[in-house]
Amino acid sequence: MAGITLAGVEKHYGRMRVVHGIDLDIAHEEFVVLVGPSGCGKSTTLRMIAGLEEITGGEIRIGERVVNDLPPRKRNISMVFQNYALYPHMNVRDNLGFGLKIAGQPQAVIAERVREAAEILGLSELLDRTPAELSGGQRQRVAMGRAIVRHPDAFLFDEPLSNLDAKLRGQMRAEIKKLHQKVKTTVVYVTHDQIEAMTLADRIVVMRDGYIEQVGTPMEVFNHPANTFVATFIGSPPMNLLPGRIEGGQVRLAGGEAVPVPARLAARVAEGLEVVLGIRPDDISPVGHGLGEVAEPADITLTVSIAEPLGMESLIYTTIAGQEVQAKLYGPRIVGPGEVLPFRLALERAHLFDAETGDTLEAR
Amino acid sequence: MSRAFQTGRVNWTPVLLLLPAIGVMMFVVALPLVFSLYTSLTSYRLTRPETIWDFVWFRNYERLFGNRDFWVAFGRTILFLTIALNVQLILGLGIALLINKITWGQRTLRTIMMFPMMFSPILVGFQFKFIFNDNIGILNNALQSLGWTDRAIPWLVDGKLAMFSIIFAEVWMSTSVFAILLLAGLFAMPRDPLEAAKVDGCNAWQVFRHITLPFLMPFAFIAMTIRSLDIARAYDIVKVMTDGGPAGRTELLWTMIARTAYQDARMGQANAAAYLSTILSIAFTYYFYLKLVESRRYMGGVQ
Ligand SMILES: Nc1ncnc2c1ncn2[C@@H]1O[C@H](COP(=O)(O)OP(=O)(O)OP(=O)(O)O)[C@@H](O)[C@H]1O
Ligand SMILES: [Mg+2]
Repeated sequence: MAGITLAGVEKHYGRMRVVHGIDLDIAHEEFVVLVGPSGCGKSTTLRMIAGLEEITGGEIRIGERVVNDLPPRKRNISMVFQNYALYPHMNVRDNLGFGLKIAGQPQAVIAERVREAAEILGLSELLDRTPAELSGGQRQRVAMGRAIVRHPDAFLFDEPLSNLDAKLRGQMRAEIKKLHQKVKTTVVYVTHDQIEAMTLADRIVVMRDGYIEQVGTPMEVFNHPANTFVATFIGSPPMNLLPGRIEGGQVRLAGGEAVPVPARLAARVAEGLEVVLGIRPDDISPVGHGLGEVAEPADITLTVSIAEPLGMESLIYTTIAGQEVQAKLYGPRIVGPGEVLPFRLALERAHLFDAETGDTLEAR
Repeated sequence: MSRAFQTGRVNWTPVLLLLPAIGVMMFVVALPLVFSLYTSLTSYRLTRPETIWDFVWFRNYERLFGNRDFWVAFGRTILFLTIALNVQLILGLGIALLINKITWGQRTLRTIMMFPMMFSPILVGFQFKFIFNDNIGILNNALQSLGWTDRAIPWLVDGKLAMFSIIFAEVWMSTSVFAILLLAGLFAMPRDPLEAAKVDGCNAWQVFRHITLPFLMPFAFIAMTIRSLDIARAYDIVKVMTDGGPAGRTELLWTMIARTAYQDARMGQANAAAYLSTILSIAFTYYFYLKLVESRRYMGGVQ
């Protein structure tokens, strides 16, 4: 049993504070994805767990052990690096077996575990090649193989797929998911790609500027974003945010249009409150071209500025109250710039955030 | 234009363009080479120019094969090379690793480290000759004032000590070549495999042994290749410090050859010895070059 616990973990580089006292409980065998924009401290957090970076404050526990002062080699974790970090002078077999050899395992055990890992990852044919003779995807698999042969307490991945092209990335994403189902182990996975986060994670940790903004399952984070940052960061294209004010049980948008307050939030808003209405492009569609039934419709007439047909759907750019908004049209219909259409908002899936703090008005 | 030069099937343009280069090569390299090879087959003496026509076939070489002094010098040169290269490698590696760790004042240190390379070997030779002098040398003076010995240690007079002193001077002068090249290697070293090795369970020594060292080997072999060529032709330091003495006990190939050529004026004989010595240089250089190529083969896959 080896979960990972971060308690008030801080990292400072001189006077610069990079990670501000984060708390996180990762369960045994859980797949946790740290996601956030560049420079938010994801890698730093991961490297602190690995022991490659000293922690300035707080406590990290792996299983029951406090590992604050343990060197990486005593933490029994494996790490997969963004640039693979293979040992260039060793062939694939030796790369895979290196950790076991250092641990003093007998030859037979090493050979068996290497064979096993190579089989899982489809590397059996490549064991005698050096890293220089491998493609990017193969190197990536060797890096993962090197992590699994040691049967560690936890895997740490730092943007392992960011050097691969889109197609290969999709394949490897699926392989990592399969791998985790086969080799049940705690995983902490860093990425700035929210699709990877959504597809792989048991739980997502959204970070910004060294703070954790929200922790939750992919669906929780998608359907109940804690604040405007998470709302726009998770989901593609991003959620539209429209500033407004509560007036007579309605949200009056900055441009004068008004839409009803979503029913589930009616009790949580006070008259005169400055709010931000958040609604995903999927939930704004031309009437008759929406995504399923709409329980709480609100209709507005809008002018199309640009339409991007994507086959069975189109992404439409329009403006509400002088602000650019993205909407989705489902179906093969083609619309052109300047076309005026009635749009329907699915308010049951809309969100309200406090304009001042950016926090959601939903009960949490 | 180029058509005009195409007589028959041969295209003369490249040949014409290369002619100046070929001419210079002939004059600078080929001519002396052929001339010295020819003289090594004659009984040519500098004092009697007409002997250059006295063709003796391989008699000079035959004489060398039977000459014990020559082979002793040959062996001593190999020993000198081996010891000096290894000591320089180990010291250079140590210095490079230390300097790589230092963050403050590193540039200054790097510059200071190059100082020994800025002096002419002749001057280095003179300097160490006076340091190691048994009567007035600063080393014996220091040892005596410290009370560590009351004898005058015969640094340059005793055969073994003299060899040691020469190697010391050579190491002092050239260790920085290794240090600089290895430091360049350390700077070029990717950080990721080091971190991967730490996570894989290595302690500091194992990281060095299994990751850093293999990565540095190509740089070490570049230094070896350069230095082996240089040390195999060692002459100036030895000439100044001991002149091959005492009683020929520090005689290296080139001090012996120079003596044969210019003191004994037996140029033909000296050239024959020089040709055999060249084989030594080539052998060492080639060996290290092969090692270099071999160790570089893997380095393409760093990323
Ligand atoms: N050695 C260092 N010295 C000073 N600041 C550092 C150091 N390493 C990282 N930082 C800073 O810490 C912050 C977080 O860096 P980190 O590498 O954790 O970001 P990240 O979330 O992994 O970003 P990315 O997605 O670009 O990899 C950045 O602002 C970075 O500039
Ligand atoms: Mg990073």
